[in-house]
Formats: sequence, structure tokens, C-alpha cells
Amino acid sequence: MSDPHQPEIDVKYVAHLARMHLSDDEAEVFQEQLEHILEHVRQLSDLDVSGVEPTAHAVPVHNVFREDAVDASLPHEQAMDNAPQSRQGLFVVPRILE
Amino acid sequence: MAKFADHNETFSLAGLQQGTFSSVEWVTDLLQRIERSDKTINAYISTDGEWALEQAKAADQRRASGEAGPLCGAPIGVKDVLNVQGQPCHCASRILEGYTSPYDATAVSRLRDQGAVLLGRLNMDEFAMGSTNENSAFGAVRNPWNPDFVPGGSSGGSAAAVAAGSAWAALGTDTGGSIRQPASFCGRVGLKPSYGRVSRFGLTAFASSLDQIGPITQTVSDAATLLTALAGHDAKDSTSLKQAVPDYSSALKGDLRGMRLGLPKQYFIEGMDQEVEAAVRQATEQCRELGAELVEVSLPHTEYAIATYYIIATAEASANLARFDGVRYGAREAGSDPLDQYGKTRAAFFGPEVKRRIILGTYVLSSGYHDAYYLRAQQVRTLIRRDFEDAFKQCDALLTPVAPTTAYRIGERTADPIQMYLGDIFTVTANLAGICGLSVPCGFSSADLPIGLQILGPAFGEETILRVGHAYEQSTDWHVRRPPLWAGTAS
Amino acid sequence: MSDAFKVSIGLETHVQLDTRSKIWCGCANVFGSEPNTDVCPVCLGYPGTMPVLNREAVRLTVMAGLMLGCEINRYSKFDRKSYFYPDMPKNYQISQYDLPLCLGGGVEIMVDGQPKNIRLNRIHLEEDVAKNNHFEGFSGVDFNRAGTPLMEIVSEPDLSSAEEAFAYLQALKQMLVYGGISECNLEQGNMRCDINCSVRPAAQEQLGTKTEIKNMNTFKGVLRSLTYEIKRQIDVVSSGGRVVQETRRWDDEAGVTRSMRSKEDAHDYRYFPEPDLMPVVLSEQEIEGWRASLPEMPTTRRQRFVDEYGLPDYDAGVLVADKAVADFFEAVARDAGNPKAASNWMMTEMLRVLSADDLEIADIKVTPAALAVLIRLVDEKAINNTGAKEVFAELVANGGDPKAIVEAKGLAQVSDTGALNTWVEEAIAAHPNVVDDYRGGKRAALQFLMGQVMRASQGKANPPMVLQALRDKLDS
Repeated sequence: MSDPHQPEIDVKYVAHLARMHLSDDEAEVFQEQLEHILEHVRQLSDLDVSGVEPTAHAVPVHNVFREDAVDASLPHEQAMDNAPQSRQGLFVVPRILE
Repeated sequence: MAKFADHNETFSLAGLQQGTFSSVEWVTDLLQRIERSDKTINAYISTDGEWALEQAKAADQRRASGEAGPLCGAPIGVKDVLNVQGQPCHCASRILEGYTSPYDATAVSRLRDQGAVLLGRLNMDEFAMGSTNENSAFGAVRNPWNPDFVPGGSSGGSAAAVAAGSAWAALGTDTGGSIRQPASFCGRVGLKPSYGRVSRFGLTAFASSLDQIGPITQTVSDAATLLTALAGHDAKDSTSLKQAVPDYSSALKGDLRGMRLGLPKQYFIEGMDQEVEAAVRQATEQCRELGAELVEVSLPHTEYAIATYYIIATAEASANLARFDGVRYGAREAGSDPLDQYGKTRAAFFGPEVKRRIILGTYVLSSGYHDAYYLRAQQVRTLIRRDFEDAFKQCDALLTPVAPTTAYRIGERTADPIQMYLGDIFTVTANLAGICGLSVPCGFSSADLPIGLQILGPAFGEETILRVGHAYEQSTDWHVRRPPLWAGTAS
Repeated sequence: MSDAFKVSIGLETHVQLDTRSKIWCGCANVFGSEPNTDVCPVCLGYPGTMPVLNREAVRLTVMAGLMLGCEINRYSKFDRKSYFYPDMPKNYQISQYDLPLCLGGGVEIMVDGQPKNIRLNRIHLEEDVAKNNHFEGFSGVDFNRAGTPLMEIVSEPDLSSAEEAFAYLQALKQMLVYGGISECNLEQGNMRCDINCSVRPAAQEQLGTKTEIKNMNTFKGVLRSLTYEIKRQIDVVSSGGRVVQETRRWDDEAGVTRSMRSKEDAHDYRYFPEPDLMPVVLSEQEIEGWRASLPEMPTTRRQRFVDEYGLPDYDAGVLVADKAVADFFEAVARDAGNPKAASNWMMTEMLRVLSADDLEIADIKVTPAALAVLIRLVDEKAINNTGAKEVFAELVANGGDPKAIVEAKGLAQVSDTGALNTWVEEAIAAHPNVVDDYRGGKRAALQFLMGQVMRASQGKANPPMVLQALRDKLDS
């Protein structure tokens, strides 16, 4: 990991990756808090983990499948019930410019 | 209602089973009790009294027909993170405003199949992110033992309701201690099952590889009854295991003779609250008196657990919470194009702790940092898992404190996230390793705040920890103590 | 194309798998339903829902890999690929990052009569996204397609012309249809591809800067867009410019590729293992079992048609090009007991009708059984060829039973010697000069008399019998 005194996180950029606008005030508070958190988290670099398998699942299970059978879908009206906005049976979003 | 004036004696399923009172009577009383106690503790986000009474009536009929299991008519609260068909599921967030769930979580449907009565939706930290229940769009929950203190989190509403007697039991979820720690802060029993023991289908995911659903109850015996109903394979959750489900209640027998209980030295550390340490040490002594042999064990990677946990949990959360964009459900804020709309919606309706964790999780997965943070955390997770595998070769279960302190004062830790996170040090390890853990009351501080003993067992070792917990509990009277609020609300 | 430049093209081909249900849930995998009717909490990305992997999607992907000569990964897993877009129900796509189901392999195409192997990099399994529809002032999302099992076949940049890319896609489609992996119906979006293309001076080893053309959904579009893009890049480089690495969009009407002003940032997909799905571990036994069940591939079938049915190699090649046509042919050949006739009908009449009306063989009203009956009628001399063609035309127009058509149209061949003899005697009597010519050694005169008899019979007379009767009368 990089120089611990170099602020490596750019909170505004990362929030943009997460599609979350931040006000300047928010960004300032988060920047400081996250630098503090990362400082703590960086202690992991003290450990020698060479050759250690990463754990992605807490239990070692594989081959969990469903059979290829059709189940009932939601009735259309119910599928649209929770939509903040719908038209012509579609979920409305602002016009996408391609 | 006179029958419930002394809530202490009757607050168990025995009353239902023996016909002392009906489910309708109990639920009617509880609905009034909720209304009174929630003025102080704010445990419920919502109740649906009419529906609860309908369920209670059906349960009473079922019991009358003689086909009732132990949970028939039992009034239970459900954490707001679990889907119940036809009910809202806010996850204590504004971003799910207007959402009505079209389906039941598997854990919920299993309880409903048994005739349990769902009272309402319990308050929590937004998206289960927090250790104090101060991060709720529906207001903080307060500790029934002293409303100036937090109930713990994130299942704070669940623990507070059970402690205040406004639910017989409650479902919570535990990603890094969110069942055990609030149960401890509120002086009740909390069980985090092994990963894969209870289906997660219908649990709005915070960190999918760590989350588990479990009960918060008055007694260990109630926890065993509920786990028997909740546990088992579910075809809708690929991570639930096809392990047979024993009758956990039948494991609750005998003393602790022949058992080896480990005390991990890294869990009794300098700087922890002395009253907590003293109470937990005394509890371990009590276990010795009950016949257990105590051995010291070592979990050498414990100090890395918080860093590991906050990297993995937030990384998974950053993806799990990406779906809240205001297109298919939930709240939305208008924007000029879809991505602008997402940015504004997520800015407007997520609370600060959720935003902080999404940013951290996005960062540790992002290009250039993935290996240094996320991959490394997964490797350290392996080391932590191995620590436990080694420890359980030397003993049947581990005894530790649940948290280094008793409940915090409201507002005490909100300004400093890292101090807040460090309070999870004794609980996050079980989630990282996928093992099971039980929190049992073991004393009170001089400020009359509860202290909890944590019993950790190997994966799918629930029978062992329930047996230890039950034996210890039955040899003490911590679990029958009631908070001042309990008496105060029983008019 | 100029010989001064080398072209390198790689294709990422997305193929929807022919399963009954979606990849993570039980919603039907069908095309053309009303919007948002084949959806459920899982494929709408509802809070609390979890994916469960469709076994058949895994089998089909591995079968495709075996057909294409890939190495099958014994241990494979799924990962989350994060990006926000309205067609994404979860704003991450479940895909496979570092351990896909299939690695390597290749597709053989013919270039100037010579086989050329196009190497594959990998095949991975993922979920398809929803469909965005655009209107005045808003866009609307239909999630029916979201969660369709999608296989991505990634080629190496081994293709060196637009025509090769076209041939590659055709070869791929042929094999995938043969294997029952996908219907590869382009109109229904079963097969879509992204194109990576670069040019470089012929002497240069290192690949040039590539552009990516996204979301092509017709083979003709691939051919045309690449023809344009290759020329554009060569023009840029020839005039001293540099190709910019970017994503471009094919404007089919204008016939040009256009830069999609990459207004948004570079993508950061933030891959990590999907915690809700367990890894897939395949045993040698299972893989070998699937290998043994692989259907006959086009090249094998072509050779078999030559060996088993005695067809010319060219005809066999034409018939196997479309699996449905080949299946139709085999059914007719078996039923009629006359493979050569079956092949003749397919190669001439059937393919003519299909190409004239731009039909798939599945759309046609003629059944293999009906065509076989027709062939038998000819073989049994119940009708002659002229009549058979008329019956075939009727079958194409309205379908039905050939025997009933023969009866209704009075096409039955007259083999009754009484009737034949009458027509023959009339013809001889009416044309004494021609008879003299024949007897004087003019063999062609016989053809004239034959024609007269056929006309008198309105085409129904059995020609060999007429010939025999004429000879009997004239030579006696």
C-alpha cells in the first residue's frame, strides 16, 4: 500500500463511482473520516499472506443448482405496483441519450 | 388486562400451551404495551394490529383443533430488514419509502407456517449498518434499562422490544454482531446461527457472505425453540446447507461435566471495561462449577478482525445497495438523465453511515486498490477461520465477552466511526469464520446496565452452545430480571 | 483492401441459451411477451432476493465449449461486475471474471477455399440485461429479457477481414444451432456481438490501436460496419493520423460508425466473487458424459450424407448448411426410401421456394411425410413428373395430402393400355407422313408422335408405356 501519510482516497470520485452525489460539506467530513478508517485498516499490510487462499464463502459448498423449470411470474400489475413511475407497462426513467 | 398484570410469570409460551390465555388475549395486551413502551424506546417502526389479531385468532383456532406446534400463537416482532408479503420493508431507510413486499422471507414463512403471530416491524440501524441503532430514518431506539443509553445495534429494536416485554421474541440479523451485541446491551439472549444454517432468502442483504438471521429471546430455551423452526435448507438460498435440523430444545439438558471451554486470551484485553471483564470472568467460573474444564486458547489474528470485517462487509454492501436507484421501487429524486437521477436519489435518501460504508466498500474494490484491500482481507479472513479451527480442536466452545463495554450513552460515539467500529471486536470474528455464537446475560454494571457472555461454537455446533448457555442461565437469575420500563408499562 | 495494411478483428459474441427458464429464477425464457410480464422479485432485483443457478445453462455452455474444442474449467465461479444502468436490475451483472466455464478452443472458417482456425479466448456464462425503450421525453425499461442465460464467446483477434468476421459468425451460428445450444434467431436478439478492430502497417508486428463497435445484432451489419471501419482506420493511418481507442456505434442508415463521445468515465467494474452463488465443480466423468452426448456436427454430417445416401459432396454441403433443412431431408429420404429423389426435390424445388419467399423451412406448409408420399407416387408411376410438380406447388400453397391432391386435380397417370392404345392409334392414323419418316429411319419422328399422344391424354399418359406402345405398333 502507498505512503500512509498520502491521502489516497478521493471521496468525491469514489462516490461518483457509486452514483451518489455528495455535497461539499459531506465530502469534507467523509474525506477525514475515511482517511482515519483507512489508516486503521492499513494494519493488514503488516501480515504476511503469501500463499494464503482467499475466503469468499464461509462454507465450502459447490454445485448448487435449480432444475430448468418454469415457475409463475409476478402478475404484471403487481410488478409495476412498486414503480415510482410507469407508462405503457414499462418502468420510466429519464430519456437515455446514447 | 388483569391476567397480564404480572407479566413476569406469564411471559412464556407455557401460558398458551396450558390454555391460561389465548393468543388473541396476549396479542391484545402486547399491542397496548407496545403503544405505551414505544413512547420511550421507539422499538417498532410500525405495527399492524388488525392483521396481528387476525393471525392470533387463526392460531387460537388451530390450537383448539389440536394441531398446534410450540410456536402456534406466539407473538413475534420482525426486524425491518426482512420481507413480509404485503408489508413495507424499509430497512429503516427513506430510500425504501413506498415499497410493499410481494413475498415472504423464508425465515418468516417458516414461522408463519407454525402459526406464529407477526406483531410488527422492528426498528434497526439503516440497512443493518450500525452498533447503536442511532442510524435509523425512524429515529433512535432507546435502551429499556435506561433510555439515555443505546440498545445496541443493528437489531436494536428487536432487543429493546424483547427486553421491554413488547414482544415474546424477535427476529434479528447478525452481520458482525448485530444480534449478540444488542441482546447483551439489553440483557437478553441473542443467537447468531452458523452461516448457512438459516436461509437468508428475503433478508435484504448487507454483506451476503456474513449475514445470518437469528432470534432474540427471553431465554435460551426460547432461542432453541425458534432455531428449530427457522433452520434448514432452502432451495431459494444457494448458501443454505443441506444439514439435518435437530430438535435444539432436546439439547438443553445436563450440566457441563465433560465439556472443555476455551478462554481466548485475545478477548480479555487491556482497556476493556473492568466491570465487564469481572462479570464475564465470574461467568466462566460459574461454568467451571457446573463441571466444565476451562482452557486458555489463542486466536492470534483477532487484532486484524475489525479491519478485515469492515473491508469485506462494506465491499459486499456497496454492490448489494447498488440496486436502490428509484427505478423499480422505492423513493426517487428527479434527475436530468438516469445516472443523474441515481446520484440524486441515493444522495437524498441514504443516511450518512450507509453512505460512508458504500464509499469505503466501493473504494476497496476499485481498480488499483482491490488487491491491497479486498483480496488481502479475504486472505486474512482465511487466517481468522483457521484460528478458530485450531481453537476448536482444543475445546468444545469458547467463552468471551460480547462487547468490551456496556451500552453507550446516546450520541457518545456517533462522531467517531472508528471508535464505534472497534466496539465490534469480539463479535465480527464469528461472522468472518462462519461459526455460531450465543449471547447470554451474565450480570450488570454499577450503572445497572446489562453485561453479556458470548459462547462461540464451531460451524453447526448450535447444540453445544445452546447447552452451555442454558446450563449457565439456569444456574443464575440474570435472565429473569426486568428493566424498570417493564414494570412501568404494566399498568 | 490495401495490402499495405493488416487487419485484426476480435469478436465478443453474446448468445442467449435455449433454456425453458431464466438463469437465476423460474420466469420463462421466451421472446415477445407483453412488457414486464415474465418478471419476478428475483429478476427485478428486489431487496432480499437471491439467484439460484439453472443447471441447464451450465450444461449448454459446457456443451458449446466441447463443440468448439475448449478446455473445460473443472472449477469455475461467478463474480459481480458493477455498473449502473437502467437495464441492470441490481446495478451489477452476475458474470464470470477469472474462472469462466470454458477456455481456449477455436472456430474453423473457409478462406479462399482453405480452412482457417480462429482461436477462442474463453466462453463465460452471465445474465442478460433488460431492454430499454426510447420515447419522446422518456425511456422505459422492460425486464422480461433480464436474467436470460447469456453465453459470451470471446475470440482472439485472428480475423483479418470483414468477410472473415461474417464467415466466423455463420460458422458459429451453424454449430450452436446444431448443438441445440441456442436458436440463434437474430431477429429475436439471440445472438449479438461487440467488435474489436485494429489496423497496422503490414510490416508491423504489434497490433494497432483498436476501436470497439458495440451491440451489433445482424451479420450483415457486422460485414458492413467492419468494411466501413477498416477503411476509415486505414485512411486515418495513411494520412498520418492516429486511431483513437474508443467505443463506436454503427449507424445502419447512414452506413457509418460514429464515436460514442465517451462522456462518462472509464469503467471500473469492481469485480468480486458473487457471495450468493457457490462455485461450479465439474467432474471428469460428467464432462465426458456430455462429450459423448454431443450431437453430430455439420462437417461430419456432410460426409455421412455422401457415404450413406450417395449424394455428391456439393449437394451434401448445401443440405447440411441449415440444420432444419438437413433434418427435413433426412426425414424425407427415410420415409420415401429414395435419398437421391429426396435430395433432388430439396436441392431444386424446396430451396427455390425458400429463397424466393425468404422462408425458413419451419415456416413451410409441406411436411417431410407429404414430400415422401409424393416421391413414392412418382416412383410407383402413379403420377408423372409434370403432375408431381403441380402437386408440390399445391403443397407449398396450401399443404395437404398429396394423394388427395392428385385425385382432386385428376393428375393420376393413365397406364391403362386400352386408353393408351386408342390415343396411339389415333396419332398414327392422323400423321401417315410422320409414320413413313420413322419407318424410313428418322428416329426423331417418334418424339413427335409421342408428343401427340401426351397432348391427347392432357399429360396424364405414362410416358414409358406410350413409347412402348408406339414402338409395338410401328415396328410390327
